[in-house]
Amino acid sequence: MKKATLFKVATQSIVKNKLRTMLTMLGIVIGVGAVIVMVAIGNGAQAQIEKQIGSLGTNMIVITAGSSAQGGASQGAGTFNRLTIADADKIKSGSTLLSAVSPVLVTRTQVIGGAGNWRTQVNGVSTDYLTIRNWGVSSGELFSDDDVRTKKKVVVLGKTVADNLFPDGNAVGASVQLGRSPFVVSGVLDAKGQSASGSDQDDVVLVPYTTAQDRLSGFRFVSQILGSTTSTAVIPAAIQEITALMRESHQLNGGNVPDDFTVRDQTAIAAAATSTTSVMTGLLAAIASISLVVGGIGIMNIMLVSVTERTREIGIRMAIGARGSDVLTQFLIESIVMSVLGGVIGLIVGIGGAAILGKFTGWAIATPWSAVMIAVGFSAAVGVFFGYYPARKAASMNPIQALRYE
Amino acid sequence: MAGNPPEANGTRPVIQLTKVVKRYVMGSNEVLAMRGVDLSVMPGEMIAIIGASGSGKSTMMNIIGCLDTPSDGSYVLDGVPVDGMSRDQLADLRNQKLGFVFQGFNLLPRTTAIDNVELPLLYDRGGRWTDTRAEAAAALTRVGLGERMDHEPSELSGGQQQRVAIARAIVTKPTLLLADEPTGNLDSQTTVDVMALFQALNAQGITIIVVTHELEVAQYAKRIVEMRDGRIIRDVPVVDRHDAVADLARLARPEPVEAVA
Repeated sequence: MKKATLFKVATQSIVKNKLRTMLTMLGIVIGVGAVIVMVAIGNGAQAQIEKQIGSLGTNMIVITAGSSAQGGASQGAGTFNRLTIADADKIKSGSTLLSAVSPVLVTRTQVIGGAGNWRTQVNGVSTDYLTIRNWGVSSGELFSDDDVRTKKKVVVLGKTVADNLFPDGNAVGASVQLGRSPFVVSGVLDAKGQSASGSDQDDVVLVPYTTAQDRLSGFRFVSQILGSTTSTAVIPAAIQEITALMRESHQLNGGNVPDDFTVRDQTAIAAAATSTTSVMTGLLAAIASISLVVGGIGIMNIMLVSVTERTREIGIRMAIGARGSDVLTQFLIESIVMSVLGGVIGLIVGIGGAAILGKFTGWAIATPWSAVMIAVGFSAAVGVFFGYYPARKAASMNPIQALRYE
Repeated sequence: MAGNPPEANGTRPVIQLTKVVKRYVMGSNEVLAMRGVDLSVMPGEMIAIIGASGSGKSTMMNIIGCLDTPSDGSYVLDGVPVDGMSRDQLADLRNQKLGFVFQGFNLLPRTTAIDNVELPLLYDRGGRWTDTRAEAAAALTRVGLGERMDHEPSELSGGQQQRVAIARAIVTKPTLLLADEPTGNLDSQTTVDVMALFQALNAQGITIIVVTHELEVAQYAKRIVEMRDGRIIRDVPVVDRHDAVADLARLARPEPVEAVA
């Protein structure tokens, strides 16, 4: 029998038993749907975490004092166990791969002005800082290189600070007091939202690092130096370059002297976070695929019933010239068509269900194409696997007994 | 004198059974369903095989129908030796050379008449048929059901269903038409009706074997083969062969005078 004809014959019997077909397919529909929803949720979470990590800054490299490999004990060994502005200058002038470098000096202080006062974090930075952090200014502007050079008392407010001190939004140009020094607000930053660890990144003010060193207490050392490259590909080379420059700056001569600083990029953090969520996604998908297997057993059950019920039909087909392989193929196609059809419906249900879930819970949802392909392919495999035994049973029937079957 | 063709005119026999033995093992004992049967059937014959249940006629039917193979002896169907053929070869042989009509009609349920009749053509592997639909329609017209092609078995009477089954059996233009108790489920008028169709098809040259336990039905054949205990005990030509068309005409207008006489 021609393949097309076999296909027609197989689909005919599916159409003739509509209710049974639908109930059988339901198992696969639920299985595939569940897998899709679970993978969509897991993937959405992963995408969100990647986005949060990206919000730290694009291609950002962080230099901190102390060696993570050595721990706290060895930190007193060298003279230059802290980062300085000189280090930042050395990196800025010496590096060929970094497009932006900024020292970050951190303290906390009371900001007074406008509607009241607000305790917040003060970052002393250079003009490259916003480029590195991939951040923008929503009103006003950032201080200039001239302002940095002249140690001008200008401040850029984070969104949270601006909202609290200037609820009416007229912050730019206003005067505020940081500690005891008066500063002029030159701009307000864009909202950045929560960091990956859950802290409010907008609860901050930026001042020129030179001003910070001069005017504000607690700014004796640079807490970190940030840099960024133009592309992700050069990050490893940039890290090597920075390490060399830092060793030179800290006068760490000789190969056996350990680094007293740490250079990190975001990929390590990103990799840890993504691997956690991908384990979670895998776990969710594995649980969901149990229902797919149960759906497959449902197909096998129905196909076995169907083969027994249609023993006479099989006998007739064999008597008029059907080979065993014809009968096998017919029943196999039947179960495959059912499972693939169920898979496709499950796909639609899954994508729709994930979208609805995302809408009501506010979770990030992303259905990857690979999951779609795997779901449909897997449901076809379920059809073959669970349909083969019943089909084999049908094909090996003795036509005489099959014809006599009541 | 079993096995002698009554019209031996030099043509090749459709069926040649030589010393056919069929053994079944049932539990610990062996059952001999056929104990050395010789039979030869020439083209154009219409044979009735009769016998009580257990006589071996069903077994012989299965062997002639290539649904089963002899334990011993040989069977040649239309010049093709059947012994030792594989399942697939037997299936192809059934498709090409045989047409089956069963007692229970055995049509596919919820499948239209024309789809049922078309089925054997779809299983053909020799590429003999170009327009299977037209062939099926022609076969249905031949059995007088040209108007009911799109009816499903449940919408047809017993006689009509058997006609569909006969159409399915002849659609492949088989060498031999095998009917196993074709009238077992039919009332007497429909029985005669179906036998009239067989006689008409036989007159057109189709070789027919009818297995039946009703002597009435056997009287429509040209030759009767009687079996008992796995052997042929009688093989005779029918002397006063009944004409089903004439019987049908008589049944159609029952006259009280004749009934009394």
